[in-house]
Amino acid sequence: MRRIRVIPVLTLQNEKLVKTIRFKNPTYIGDPINAVKIFNEKEVDEIVILDITATKEKRQPNYKKIEEIAEETFMPFAYGGGITTLNQIEHLFKLGIEKVVINSALATQLNLLREASNIFGSQSIVASVDVKKNWLGKLTAYTNSGSDKINLPLFEYVKKLEENGAGELFINSIDLDGTYLGYDNALIKNISELVDIPIIACGGASKVADFYEVMQYGASAVAAGSLFVYQGAQKGILINYPTQEKLATEVYSKL
Amino acid sequence: MISIINYNAGNIKSIQNMLKRIGVKSTICSTAEEIEQADKLILPGVGHYDHGMKNLHQSGLIEILNKKVLKDKIPLLGICLGAQLLGNKSEEGIEKGLGWIDMEVVKFDKKKLSSNLKIPHMSWNEIKINKYSALLEGLDDENRFYFVHSFHMQPNDKTDILTTTNYGYDFTSAVEKDNIYGVQFHPEKSHKFGMQLLTNFSNI
Repeated sequence: MRRIRVIPVLTLQNEKLVKTIRFKNPTYIGDPINAVKIFNEKEVDEIVILDITATKEKRQPNYKKIEEIAEETFMPFAYGGGITTLNQIEHLFKLGIEKVVINSALATQLNLLREASNIFGSQSIVASVDVKKNWLGKLTAYTNSGSDKINLPLFEYVKKLEENGAGELFINSIDLDGTYLGYDNALIKNISELVDIPIIACGGASKVADFYEVMQYGASAVAAGSLFVYQGAQKGILINYPTQEKLATEVYSKL
Repeated sequence: MISIINYNAGNIKSIQNMLKRIGVKSTICSTAEEIEQADKLILPGVGHYDHGMKNLHQSGLIEILNKKVLKDKIPLLGICLGAQLLGNKSEEGIEKGLGWIDMEVVKFDKKKLSSNLKIPHMSWNEIKINKYSALLEGLDDENRFYFVHSFHMQPNDKTDILTTTNYGYDFTSAVEKDNIYGVQFHPEKSHKFGMQLLTNFSNI
């Protein structure tokens, strides 16, 4: 049976887990180590942890916290937030993580992707792109937690990321973050037609059926935040993950 | 006690974390003296084939590894690139492998993969068990492991094939010959299935 990776994305702010809506209004969710322990029990495919204030606060990745989390992570672990140098990347891999997610640094130093890929292998280097649509429908990539624009047209930019050595693209829709409106399938389709590297779709997932849908538009893996930390209409905090049976019936068996 | 070989080409910390989790003592060894004392070895590995072999040569560990594995016959488990290095050579590079298992390492045949199957193969996948092994005690064909690789092992002696996995086509995902084991997947990142496999290895 073919499987795809279904990935919880956890966002960190000052060592605390938070969840945003359209990258705003961070709401406290809990302790990251606790969440990771629960995700272990749920046997999740992979986990992405993003420190969403590292760049804003102009600081290094929080190595101590990342190491603590890595010690409890028995699935592939990708970390992003505040990564700007090869030395930082090397340090992160030594802590026991598998992948680094790079976003804001790409605005000024695209060469970081190639250099990191050559040393650590492109499979461990994820380029992350946060996408916002303006009122005319024009798509733009943003860095620094949705604050700063990338001047290049979006599709030119993602093509450049591939050419410069990214192993995977993490495409996150700012407009759909935390909204449960479903993935931006058109966005994923357009990007997947341009690049050959795997695309992780993120932003807007509301149910397992959305995973299958976005796969049809060219995603290689799916990620979600709210869906895996909230439960029900009242958005009660509950770390959750679909069972293998559910994923097999509603997604894998149809691929 | 399991000794993890440190030759600057592998994610040692993840393996240590997992062994700690299942209550198995481990140590990291970087010198011939340390390996001489080992009674069980893990050869990790991430990255380019030639980089891995060159680092093993530079670390001066090949002679002692040959002795421990081929003469003293202590169990050795290669993981990912560490498994590929057990063979003769790889299409990825020009360096000769350790040559302990008669196999070549080949690139995924893109022609046999449909367009939605990307290289590297990066996903969880099931194993199909080809022969009985103490390494797979308590595991079965339904069990899934995490893979990330662009090349795969191709044993010349089919009896060395321990498991196969399907990604577009069936490829060898684990090998076993006497005291030598190699797994293409990452047991240290494969939840309870990886815990079971590493527990089994610690009991061999």
